[in-house]
This record gives sequence, C-alpha cells and structure tokens, in this order.
Amino acid sequence: MAKQDSGGYRGAALRLLAKQGVSVGDSVRIATEDGEMSGVLMPRYESASEDYISIKLKSGYNTGILVGRIKSITKLQKSERAKAAKASEITESEGRPKIALISTGGTIASKIDYRTGGVHAALSASELYSSVPELANHASIDPEVLLSEYSENLKPEHWTMIADKVAEKVKNGKYRGVIVSHGTDTMHYTAAALSFALQGLPIPVVLVGAQRSSDRPSSDAALNLLWATVFAAKSKYAGVFVAMHADASDDAIACHVGTRVRKNHTSRRDAFESIDATPVALVRNNVVEMQKSEIKLAKRSENNLVAKTKFDDRVALLKYYPGFDPRLIDHTAKAGYRAIILEGTGLGHVSKECFPALKKAVDAGIMVFMTSQCIWGRVRMTVYDTGRDLLDIGLIPLSDMISETATVKAMWALANSDDAKKVMQENLANEISASIPL
Amino acid sequence: MTIDPASLELKVGFEIHQQLATRSKLFCSCSCEEAQKYDRSFVRKLRPTQSELGAYDPAAMFEFSKMRTVEYHTAFGSSCLVEADEEPPHDVSKEALETALIFSLALHSKVMDEVHIMRKLVIDGSNTTGFQRTMLVASGGYLDVAGKRVGVQSICLEEDAAKLIGDDKGIRKFGLDRLGVPLVEIALEPVTGKPDEIMQVALTLGRLLRASKRVARGLGSIRQDVNVSVQNGAVVEVKGVQQLDQLVKIIEHEMQRQHGLIVIAEKLKERKVDVSKVGERIEDVTDILGKAQSKIVKKILDGGGLFRAIRVPGFAAMIGFEPYPDIRIGKELGKLVRFYDLDGVFHSDELPNYGITQQQVAAVMSRLQASGNDAFVIVGGPEDKAKFASDAIVRRLQAAINGVPAETRAATPDGKTVFLRPRPGPARMYPETDIPTIPATDSMRKALADKVPRSWDEIVDSLAKKYNLNKKLASQIFDSDYLGVFEEIAGMTKVRPTFVASKLTEDITSLQRQGLDVSVLTDGIIKDIFAKLDAGAIAKESVNIIFEKMMKNEAKTVDEAIKAAGASSIGDEELDKGLDRIIDDNMAVVKEKGMSALSTLMGRAMAEYRGKSDGQKINAMIKDKLQKLVK
Ligand SMILES: [Zn+2]
Repeated sequence: MAKQDSGGYRGAALRLLAKQGVSVGDSVRIATEDGEMSGVLMPRYESASEDYISIKLKSGYNTGILVGRIKSITKLQKSERAKAAKASEITESEGRPKIALISTGGTIASKIDYRTGGVHAALSASELYSSVPELANHASIDPEVLLSEYSENLKPEHWTMIADKVAEKVKNGKYRGVIVSHGTDTMHYTAAALSFALQGLPIPVVLVGAQRSSDRPSSDAALNLLWATVFAAKSKYAGVFVAMHADASDDAIACHVGTRVRKNHTSRRDAFESIDATPVALVRNNVVEMQKSEIKLAKRSENNLVAKTKFDDRVALLKYYPGFDPRLIDHTAKAGYRAIILEGTGLGHVSKECFPALKKAVDAGIMVFMTSQCIWGRVRMTVYDTGRDLLDIGLIPLSDMISETATVKAMWALANSDDAKKVMQENLANEISASIPL
Repeated sequence: MTIDPASLELKVGFEIHQQLATRSKLFCSCSCEEAQKYDRSFVRKLRPTQSELGAYDPAAMFEFSKMRTVEYHTAFGSSCLVEADEEPPHDVSKEALETALIFSLALHSKVMDEVHIMRKLVIDGSNTTGFQRTMLVASGGYLDVAGKRVGVQSICLEEDAAKLIGDDKGIRKFGLDRLGVPLVEIALEPVTGKPDEIMQVALTLGRLLRASKRVARGLGSIRQDVNVSVQNGAVVEVKGVQQLDQLVKIIEHEMQRQHGLIVIAEKLKERKVDVSKVGERIEDVTDILGKAQSKIVKKILDGGGLFRAIRVPGFAAMIGFEPYPDIRIGKELGKLVRFYDLDGVFHSDELPNYGITQQQVAAVMSRLQASGNDAFVIVGGPEDKAKFASDAIVRRLQAAINGVPAETRAATPDGKTVFLRPRPGPARMYPETDIPTIPATDSMRKALADKVPRSWDEIVDSLAKKYNLNKKLASQIFDSDYLGVFEEIAGMTKVRPTFVASKLTEDITSLQRQGLDVSVLTDGIIKDIFAKLDAGAIAKESVNIIFEKMMKNEAKTVDEAIKAAGASSIGDEELDKGLDRIIDDNMAVVKEKGMSALSTLMGRAMAEYRGKSDGQKINAMIKDKLQKLVK
C-alpha cells in the first residue's frame, strides 16, 4: 500500500492491511476469536493507537478491532467513490453586489462523507451556495483559496500574502467588499496586520471564522459568513473588520474594528470582543445596525488604498509576571530582536530588578514599548515611581493599544518606516483610543 | 373483531433507553438532576450539513425549510458551556462507561475492543450540536425470559436529548438539564408471541438493569422504542413508551391498526385502484371554500392561507372506511399534516360537514373533474406548508395500496400511537473527533466482572429474607421506585419493614390510580414521615392520610399535612381519659352487651382517634377497661 493512502495506519495494522491488499473505503469481513464483523475500513487518526483497525458497521457505528485478535480479513468489495451531491444550480443575477472571498484556512463551509466520516472543505462558489443557500440572496460571491493553514501556523509572511491578495481584489474595482475566511486562533493578529498594511481602504475587508466547525449543524460559520457578507455589501464604511457572533445566540453578529479586537475565550461563539470600545456594528436579519462608537471610521470610497504589506518579524512580546527573570530581556536583546513589546502590570509597570536589563537593551538601540496585561484600559506611566523610572530609562508607553496589536504594528513599522518609534505612537488605524467610554 | 397475533406473525423489537444514575453527565461534570427552574436562555438555528441536502430526506428537508428557531433554557448546576455547545465535550464519564460495560457482561454481549464516539445527526433541536453523541459498547448476547432466549443486537452508551418544554409554532423550547444525561440503549432482536408475553421481555430487561442499582428511577428514566410489524407490513417504530402497562395496549393497538391498513390495501387492490394517479390533479380551491361557514376555514384564510384539493381516483368511501373502530386513512392524514404544523385537512368521505356544504363539495369535485368513484382531500394553510403537506398526503395515499407504511409514530398516554414523522433514512453518523477512542481492555472487563448484577430472582429472594417480607411484597418493592428509600427506612427506624414496603407499594399505587400526583412524594418526605412514625409523633394509620394530603397538594410539608389531617399523635394519658369518657357515654351498651360492646366502643373511639393513635393500642386499652368493668 502506498504511503499516501495508508489511511493513518502504522505498524502491525498497516502490515496486516497491506498483506491482504485492503485499503480505506473497502468493504471487509473480519474474523476474530469471537466471530465475524463486517463493515467498511475507516481511516485512523494519526494520533490514535496503532494496535487497532477501524471499521464502520452497517448500523453506522465505528468500532476498533485489536489487530492481535484478527484471524483473517476478507475484502468483500472495493471502495466505491461516494456519489457527489449535485451542487444546486444558482442563477447569478447581475443585480447582486460582487464580493470577493479569500480563504486562508479553517473551513467556513464543509461537506461530510457519511460513508467514511470524512470532512472536506467546501470552497467553490457552488459548494458555498449549497452549504449556505441564503448567501445567493445577498451577494454574488467570487471565492479564491489562498492558503490552507490552521491559523496558529500563520506567520507575518502570510500576512503579506493575504494583504497582497486583498489589495489585488480592491484594485480590481468590481468588488463591493472583501471577505477573508480565517481560523479563529490568530484572526485578530491578521486583522491588525491588514489594518496597518492596507490603509486608506475604499471598501470593507471583513475577516470571518467559526468557533464551531462547519461540519456540524450547529456551526456558527453559516451565520457569521452570511451576516459578514451583508456587512461587506451594505456597510457605508470602509476598513478592516472582524465579524463574529455577538453572543451565544444565532441572532446578531458583531463587527469589530481590526485593531481593537481580541479573542477572549477558547471556545465560545462570542469569543471575539472589542477592547476599550463597543463593536462598531451589529448585523442581524439582513440589516446593518451601526452602534454608537467613539471610533472614527472612514466612509466608503473616501480614501485611496496605500498598500505597504511588508513585516519585520524581529519583534518580541514579553509578558511580565512576579518572578520574571530579567535575563529574558537580555536574551531577547542578544537574539537580534529590534523591538520588545512588554506586557506590564497595571498602568504599565515591571519590577525594578528589570531596570538594568531594560537600560542595556534601550542603550543597544532596541525599542522597548509598554502595554498592559490588564487588556482593558490605558497605560499611564507618570502616576507611580516605577512608571516614571521606566520612562527615564527610555520605555515608550503605547496608551491603550492591545499588546497583540502593538506587536503586529511594531513588525509593520520596522519594515515600512525609518522612524518606527514615532509611527508606533501615532494613531493609524484606531489602535489608540482617544477616549474610552464608561 | 379480535386478532390472533400468531396468525398475523406479530413481531416486536425493543430498544430500551435507560438513564443512568451517574454523579455527572456523560461529557461534562454537570449534575443529572432535573432543574427546578431555568435562569438563562439563548436561541439557535440548526441547518443540515451539506451532504444531507444532496440526498432526498423529506423529514430533514422539511425541518430545514421551516428554519425553526430553537430556544434553549439553562439552569445553574445542571448545564454548562458543554450543553450549550460552547465548549468541546470532556472525556466520557468513567462511571457511565463502566455501567454500560457491566450491562454488556450481564447480557453476555461481546464488548468492542475499542469504543468509538460517534455523532448521530438529529436536527429537530433536541441537541444543541445538531447531533447526538453515541457509542457502540457491545454487540450480540442474550437475555433469558421465562425459558425463552431473546437475542441482544447492540448495547450503546449515548447522551440524552434536551427536554422539550414548549412548542409555540415556529419556536421550539428545550431545557438543557436533561441534555447529556447518560443513557444506555439496548436493542433486542425482534420477538414473536402474545402482547403480554412480549411485555415480559421488557419487564425482565428493566429488572436486570435496576438490579445493578446504577440506573435512574422514576417516570421518564426508562423509555422504550418499540418496532412493531405484522405479516406483509413494514416496520413501524413507536417512540416514547414510558410505562409497561402502556406497552401491551400499544402493541395491541398497532396490531389492529396495521391489520386494518392491510385490509384497506386489499380492498383497494380488489377495486384495481391505480395509485400512481393520486395527485395527478391538484387544484387551488380557496375561492370555493372561501364562502364556507367553517371556523377552521375562516382561521386559515385569516392567516393568509390557501386551500389545495387533491384528486384521489378510485378512493371514494375508502378514506373514511374503518375496518376497526377509529382506524381509517382519514385519521392518518389528519396526523400527517400536523407534522407540517397544519390542522386543516378534509376529505370527501366526511363532507359535507364542518360548515362546508354539499354545493361546495360538488364545486370541488367538478374543479377536480372527479367522478363518483373518486375521493378528494383538501389541505389548508400557508402556501409553502400546504405544498409540503399535499406532497406528503399524495405519498401517503399512494402508500395505502401497500398497507402499512414504514414510519415513526409516537405513543400516546392512553396506549395508542400517532404519526410522528416519516421514517428517517439510515442513521447519518460520523466520528466525534473531539474525543479520543477508548480501548476496552481485558483487564478493564475482568475488574468489572464481580459488579455484574445478580438476577432479579436472587435479589428478590435476598430482599425477602433480609427484611422478612413475603416474596410478592419483596418483588413489588423492588419493581417500585422506592427500593432505595425503603432500605434506608428499614435500616434507620424500628418500623416493621413489611409495613413500610406495603405503604410504599400498595398504598401509593392505589392513590396514584385515583389520579393523584405521586411526584410530590420525594425520598426526603417519605423518610420524614416514617421517622415521625418511628418517634411516635404520628400513628400508623396516619401514613396513608399524610400521603394523600400531600399528593392532593393540600399540604406542602409533612408537618402541614399532619396538621391538616389532625393526625398528630396524642399522649397515652389523654387517650386513656378520652377512652374513659367514651365508655362512660356508652355505659348503657356496656351494661347490656358486656364484652361484646367492644366493637361499638372501638367504632366510636376510632372515629375520634383515627390517625392520632394506633388502632391496635386503642383496641387493647378498651378491652382492658371493659374486662375490668364487666368483672
Ligand atoms: Zn455541563
């Protein structure tokens, strides 16, 4: 059996299957000491124990049989390809706004093969429409697969790829909005990256993901995608946004500004929250409801796109904690980093034991910025002695910039400006709040 | 007309769903207790996953087309993020898996080498995920029932569904407290025999499960799906049988209904009806019915609905034909449209009626170009639903020629069945990838071997011996919901176990038969009553009175019930004085009858002191006093 269709089997199980010429999807009869079982050979997850063979019984249940107990395997029938469900024919009406959909990973729509239990991404336009038929009522979607990565594997170089792709779609001129489907874990980093890389956007760019995978009937993917599409098509405002469930209900989605959003829960649908701000819009039942907000959004077509899509990844994000070893700062400095974002305590503090290491770093030309691990609120380093001492050393406070946003911004600033220190303190994309509402 | 089950080749298969009495739910640490009230709610919309839309599954398509909004209600302690589908499931409860393995061993079933957790699609809203998590634990095996060996098909461990707490058209409401409670599902091979013999199978299996002391008790803790078929019929699945006495009635009803449908099919064949022509002509008859003096018609029209008439060639007098009382195609159609949230369906055999006149019937007939041999069915409601419903009616009428259609029906409390939904296609299952597979090792099985419950007979014998009960009472207390509390009381008090057992079985059952609410008698309340009896605060006779007061909701607490019944025990001194007074008042009788006055005196005394003091004690005291007087 060739390596690529070992179906996740290893060791004794793989040898047994290879000997019998059986591969995943074949109907088999397996005899053991206790009698016989028939079913379809299922793939094994790579992490599962290699001592078993998985089959799907006629009842639909999967079960594992210990290889050591198997007396014989008989192939009854070769694997049949499941007949693909006919994609519904959607007649595209010219009247609907055109939306570009760039997928980067995570499956916003998927199909299940109930015969094998396999889940496949559904990414073509017709597959998307048959997965979320209502989409066709709101927009004509132009999908493109750019990346296929779990979001934890994305790097700054991927932000560049995504930004370039979005810029291409924007420059095309025919799209009313761009949707980027994205794994949720680092979606807010990418949102911040696009916010800095693509300034002056004339249309909305909306990142969307799912906290529950789209292979289940309760997935949040469809509603997120649907209302994100409505926002992209109908919003009067341009910029980079993240659109996800507003609460536990399948009702409204909240649209967050790309630099002000954070994933604040491991699993809830409403994991994404705007920090120091309310979401700028809620979308429900095809209607965009703009919210009262201190954030100033650019109107559609008000600006021209300035794409600066490079990032310099020599930026470290260090979180301070009691017992924090100042040598971590030394190591970071020695490792060639150009900027350090500190996540200090409270208003922007670290212990005085860190002072010498910080001074050494600053003197070596490394930019050290201060954000707060409190997540909500602004740093203010003139209130206490520690803060004043840190300012004297040369640390630069970043107001209420979210530490993750600050890290992304520093990477961008280093790659695109000669005066990153100055750029970091300017408000480019609503990453700094003028006033924080109560 | 009575039917012989053997001549019909009656076959019944059981699928028993038994809730387990585990400390926590199957996939999280929440309690399995029922919530007293709900604190929060959220709404969801489920959609079938894509491949489902590819295949034609009328039930799933309809559910989707309704895009039902489902409202979930949660209560602190009984549900968490897992039930809300806001957090991945935790590992399978060890206790629940152990119990499923013990049942497998008890049923001589072959345990799987490795247990895989599956997702079985259910998009009616009863699961927040849109699927039920279930796993096959064992297959094969047998159960011996009165000398007959009944085969076991499979033993699965699965999560219970959320509890339906309301269904306003369009919004279905569920409580999440029941979602995730572990259930063991045991499917038996179909058996033949008389309905009451078949019931023995369910009874025996239920007893075996209860003997483990690992299962939940009380109403709703065991539910039975019953597959019933007769010769030349399809398998009909009846869901939600909760009580055994209901079961016999349901099997009898299904036997009769299915035979009735076969009789109708034979008549249709005799008439050489061509069912492919059913529904060839469907007309909008809203204008004709619009003039009807019918409440139902008015209601539908006011709601913006319309009426579709279906021509049913050759069916004249057959839709209303009843081979058995109340069994007719017309009734099946009525229940069928309920599935589509409609209630307006009429057929020509029952018209003119319901404010629809002979002229209107004639107008419909002529619109349909129907002849005297033809029947028609009219369905009314919102356009999309009426369309779905009329398609379903056509399919149902076409199926009439084959007798019994395969479908899922619901058990009614009075032992009948009603159409619930078309029978789903093969279960759509795919792996639950959030939870790793579980190896069921030999050492695991060996460790559980000594936990396999003893047989029901052995347990009843040992109960009888331990508490000095006769075998009938021992089996009654075992089969009741009160075995646990009985054993506690017997261990805790000096009250005679026979007395406790008979109160908890015969007396409670007879109060229940009067229609009283048995659920108010919690274990805590029952223990309180017997503790008070043990302490002499109430008399034996009061126990039943207190039960009754509480079950009638005339008292909220035991103390209130005692007060309401005037049942607080009186002291010996007070009783002594009282009896002296009664004897004084009846001195004439005493003088006349001597010792024989005892019964008169006893009657008077009990009228006054019933429930306040022990009858035997009163009897002894009066006897003693009489003896002294007569001497
Ligand atoms: Zn829970």
